[in-house]
Amino acid sequence: MSALSNALAGNPAIPISLTIGAFWAAQVLQQRLKLMLLNPILMATAAIILLLQLAGIPYESYHEGAQYLEFLLKPAIVALGVPLYLQLEQIKKQAVLILLSQLVACVIGVVSAVLIARWLGASHAVAISLAPKSATTPIAIEVTRLMGGIPALSAIIVILTGIFGAVCGLTVLRWLAIKSPIARGLALGAAAHAVGTSHAMQLNRKLGAYSSLGLIVNGTLTGLLTPYLLHWLG
Amino acid sequence: MNHLKNTLRQCVIVFGCLAVAELFVSLTGIRFPSALIGMLLLTLLLKLGWVKLDWVQGIADFLLGHLGLFFVPPGVALMLHFELIRAEWLPIAVATLVSTVAVLALTGWAYQLARRCK
Repeated sequence: MSALSNALAGNPAIPISLTIGAFWAAQVLQQRLKLMLLNPILMATAAIILLLQLAGIPYESYHEGAQYLEFLLKPAIVALGVPLYLQLEQIKKQAVLILLSQLVACVIGVVSAVLIARWLGASHAVAISLAPKSATTPIAIEVTRLMGGIPALSAIIVILTGIFGAVCGLTVLRWLAIKSPIARGLALGAAAHAVGTSHAMQLNRKLGAYSSLGLIVNGTLTGLLTPYLLHWLG
Repeated sequence: MNHLKNTLRQCVIVFGCLAVAELFVSLTGIRFPSALIGMLLLTLLLKLGWVKLDWVQGIADFLLGHLGLFFVPPGVALMLHFELIRAEWLPIAVATLVSTVAVLALTGWAYQLARRCK
């Protein structure tokens, strides 16, 4: 290992500040240019990979420090309990409708992704990593890890799914004559999780509220049901 | 110093929910993401009124507001799998795009249809 790689592995502050710095810069850039495609997660990830590759630093040296940031994904999911609590009344009023639509979203999302991937010749590990793609990343990573997929691949697929859903979601919903803002919000959140929700939030509060509901309920259902669905798919 | 005390309380509640969930998962051996159990536990505590909303609102806003940042390290692990992606980019791309459109369409239709029937 090079001296640089050793320094990185021994000092968590270096990968942590590198990650925060790259993300911050990417966020500022996106706000300046106002382009959804320039997703800060995507840009920061690409920038760090490029840097590590150019400097010849192995992923393990970076991860030794960056794992402390990654760990915060878990308390962040726990914190989703707050918006969930705030929307409990709303959920109760339409519990059956919401649950039904999210159950459809979860089953369709997992089954269609796995079947299409297999049909096109994907390996088992890749198909499993695609299964939770519509759930928010921390949930998807947990599910993939649990089921023996590749968590890093899931993370990237989830982020790409979110960007695609946020950029094209409303156009698709318009084409399909899905007009109710509640239906649109639920669909956006279910398909494109947090990335779709943050986009919906910017457009309209009601759309954003239902999108976050879709994100939470579909994420939870995906976390709960994916192991069973995968077992059933064989 | 009052705001510092509150910060500690916020951390204890959120990390405590996660810790209880982790303990539950490792003791029962169930195959379920511990963080989701922690999330449901926090919701329950808020619903029961054992935890007040303003006890956790600050840390929740902080964590959820910076959610994207925590995605970066697992994303960087992609560099370990370049070969795999080069070999299987087609099924990955098609499955992601088609399945996302299917989820958008069927979720929206399911909601609208169910509401009409109700």
